[in-house]
Amino acid sequence: MSPNESVATPQETIERALAAARQGGETVVIADESSTANLRWAGNTLTTNGVATSRSLTVISIDRRADGTAGVGTVTRSGVTPAQVEDLVREAEKAASEASAAEDAGELVPSETGFRSGSSSWSSAPGSTDFGVFRSFSSALGETLRAAEAAGRKLYGFAEHGVNSTFVGTSAGLRARYDQPAGRLELNAKSADLTRSAWAGASTRNFADVDVAAMDASLAERLSWQSRRVELAAGRYETLLPPTAVADMLVYMYWSAGARDAGEGRTVFSRPGGGTRVGERLATLPLDLFSDPSYSGLECVPFVVAHASGRDSSVFDNGLPSPRASWVSGGTLSALHGSRYSAGLTGLPVTPAVDNLILNAPGASASLEQMIASTRRGLLLTCLWYIRMVDPQTLLLTGLTRDGVYLVEDGEVVGAVNNFRYNESPVGMLSRVVEVGATEQTLPREWGDYFNRTAMPPLRIEAFNMSSVSQAS
Amino acid sequence: MGDHDGRIDAEFAALPLTNLADAALDAARTLGADHADFRVERVRGQRIALSDGKLQSLSDGDDSGLAVRVIVDGTWGFAAAVDLTPEAARDAARHAFEVAKVAAAMNTERIDLAPEPAYGDVTWVSAYDIDPFTVSPKDKVDLLAAWSAGLLAHPVVSHADASVYQVKECKFYTDGSTTATQQRVRLHPQLEATAVTETGFDDMRTLAPPAGRGWEYLTGTGWDFPAELAELPEFLAAKLRAPSVEPGRYDLVIDPSNLWLTIHESVGHATELDRALGYEAAYAGTSFATFDKLGNLQYGSPVMNIVGDRTAVHGLATIGYDDEGVAGQSWDLISGGILVGYQLDRRMAQLKGFGRSNGCAFADSPGHMPLQRMANVSLKPAPNGPSADELIAGVENGVYILGDKSWSIDMQRYNFQFTGQRFFRIRNGRLDGQLKDVAYQATTTDFWNSMEAVGGPQTYVLGGAFNCGKGQPGQVAPVSHGAPAALFRQVRVLNTAEEGK
Repeated sequence: MSPNESVATPQETIERALAAARQGGETVVIADESSTANLRWAGNTLTTNGVATSRSLTVISIDRRADGTAGVGTVTRSGVTPAQVEDLVREAEKAASEASAAEDAGELVPSETGFRSGSSSWSSAPGSTDFGVFRSFSSALGETLRAAEAAGRKLYGFAEHGVNSTFVGTSAGLRARYDQPAGRLELNAKSADLTRSAWAGASTRNFADVDVAAMDASLAERLSWQSRRVELAAGRYETLLPPTAVADMLVYMYWSAGARDAGEGRTVFSRPGGGTRVGERLATLPLDLFSDPSYSGLECVPFVVAHASGRDSSVFDNGLPSPRASWVSGGTLSALHGSRYSAGLTGLPVTPAVDNLILNAPGASASLEQMIASTRRGLLLTCLWYIRMVDPQTLLLTGLTRDGVYLVEDGEVVGAVNNFRYNESPVGMLSRVVEVGATEQTLPREWGDYFNRTAMPPLRIEAFNMSSVSQAS
Repeated sequence: MGDHDGRIDAEFAALPLTNLADAALDAARTLGADHADFRVERVRGQRIALSDGKLQSLSDGDDSGLAVRVIVDGTWGFAAAVDLTPEAARDAARHAFEVAKVAAAMNTERIDLAPEPAYGDVTWVSAYDIDPFTVSPKDKVDLLAAWSAGLLAHPVVSHADASVYQVKECKFYTDGSTTATQQRVRLHPQLEATAVTETGFDDMRTLAPPAGRGWEYLTGTGWDFPAELAELPEFLAAKLRAPSVEPGRYDLVIDPSNLWLTIHESVGHATELDRALGYEAAYAGTSFATFDKLGNLQYGSPVMNIVGDRTAVHGLATIGYDDEGVAGQSWDLISGGILVGYQLDRRMAQLKGFGRSNGCAFADSPGHMPLQRMANVSLKPAPNGPSADELIAGVENGVYILGDKSWSIDMQRYNFQFTGQRFFRIRNGRLDGQLKDVAYQATTTDFWNSMEAVGGPQTYVLGGAFNCGKGQPGQVAPVSHGAPAALFRQVRVLNTAEEGK
């Protein structure tokens, strides 16, 4: 017990919960500790800010029954004190005893698969962050805001840093923990009359590697590109997607690549008449789309953490290793993500989802600038926004271009174009990739709140479908 | 009043709320804060999901914590903590003060708040009968399983997904002048039927909106689920046989089950003053309805009357007092088609001289700072206005649209695209079977100026969502939108199958 009797360490809490569980029962306990700090600014002045800490405990109780089925009770509560742990366990056990049979009931992950972690030991204290993470960044930001004001630019943006520590313990003896730092910087520059706008973003683990002044300088250049306006009609255009836009399209595809729904015939990855499209070629070019918890700069939890079961996740899989997984290999769909239960339903291998996504092509090394230079006529986008699924059968997505669409002619940016609403499927888009650049770490503009560990190349897409013109600037 | 008799949840009421508040506010004042307010929240949630009648997931969550917000030298400072102890409350006040001090160096706009009367110690509880957390999970699962079995009994239905999300939110707020203890309950039930054929698949979901009601919502009060579920498979079967829409311009009669979301995106967010002034520019975006257009923008046709509201019974954004102690109100946003108002918090109200906030400051959890969040933004029906059938009778060549599905709008709220659950062809004033692959796309002011008629009160339904997103860090908020059926002339309709080729 720690000196403060009202709070225990997450490791102590897990052991206390497991010890309190009904003799002979099965229990999974997940302890989450998080801390965050953020800064937000608009029109060259700070707007909101804050720090927050939270602590929650999830108890998953399993009630095995004589008929071979099992009921599951899942209870999550924040701020649990040591004295409340047993009550929470009893609550979960009661819920389990009253629950109807869980469809995904299976064995817990055995302990002999070993303790899993990132770089931290089981017993060390949870990671944390506070406002101090912004110490050097905030002074650089202050200087950048003042410089922008003097130069007639308005800056808007957000900086956030957080650390989540997750501890998993089960009655099968498994112990696993992971500390996940995550941060991001988003910067939006506008001309003083607000008619021109440019954006850049970066994901970071510690804010030591972000240069807000350099980011502002690159946005100033983008704003200068917008001094000449070109009005273009809707239509299909050869389009250069920068890494952030590629990430936003492919993250949605990744989220839609669950094994169970595909096996049941209700996603773009279902084969009409039955089965899935695993093994089918999606891209002409030899693209590789994969997730890897040890990918440098995008490290993430290497085991399953499931607070509740879902279409392709199962509380019974807690602690299961989630190693590198290849989703598209050499342009061919090679796997769909799922739990042990959904793998059983579909006959596909067990391939848990992993919390990062990387796209590359062998030997691709062109920078976005080189791809611009080799463009005869096409559009260059900055990022995509308000992306939503229109048709699950084709995974047709709609959304908007934002903060700079440029016309490229004969290898040079010749002006800024109006914004568009697009209607495109990431799956259909892969079949029209005609050039791939060098992969780099990028922040998805749209999905960065939920999924910010991606590395993507710029892509040249043939006939990208700009469905209508947006007046937004 | 139901099983709670208008009382706040006993566990929440038993917390040492006043002691915690005294610890935080005393610490903030001692440090020299110009303003301090304090919240304690407990948000209980339960999610139940069934797949083909089998229990997929049942999980309970309980998020509690405290928050302190201060103004120091004209700059915000905010801190939140999870432990409900006087020490944690004092620490949060100190952290908020320190954050404000650091942030002040980057702030060039002084924060001032519009005045609001002091209401003393007040209590408010939303309108519901049965606290869903008093109903046995088994009874809930059994009900959803029976409904799923009913859907699966139809030969066209290959899969049935059923879910219900239930929330009970308890809030304690004080700024020293007003101390509000409040409680809201809301439910979001959904059932979806999917048909898988040799050539593909399609699905259809219930139109029942989420509501600020208790468990009685699933047992006959406010919605007839058995009746809706009985006809859903046949609607799905007809959709599978329906022709694909010919793209072009059509007159649209839009049911409130679809129109609520169009109102949300094209009016609700566009009339948030913080957006119109640029405070959300880097993320959610701004608004074409800029402040200089107040009182003169022809937003829509003369039959367009939109209210912002915190008082509608069963509304998801309805509450007694917001997170700045401002009493719930109802006010005009668009009157006779003209932009006449905005949604405000106390800071925005003071900044632009409105005199008083209309109560739109909310945080979605104890860990977040209040933002300007959307009220129930609703389109008024026409007194003695027509029925949906009468609106349809006035259309020669059109589409009748029900239910929401896909939605997207640009960052200044001009260009939008929506799909739906069901689309009926209108020929010569009558429905003529379903269509599929329909999306409608328009620019906000063109769309609302094309609105020729709104239905009467008999067509009015309160739709809504639990998950309106805004701000950084991101926050979600529940919000309702009332709408009658309405008639729009010559709106662009796309064929989504052709768009995807």
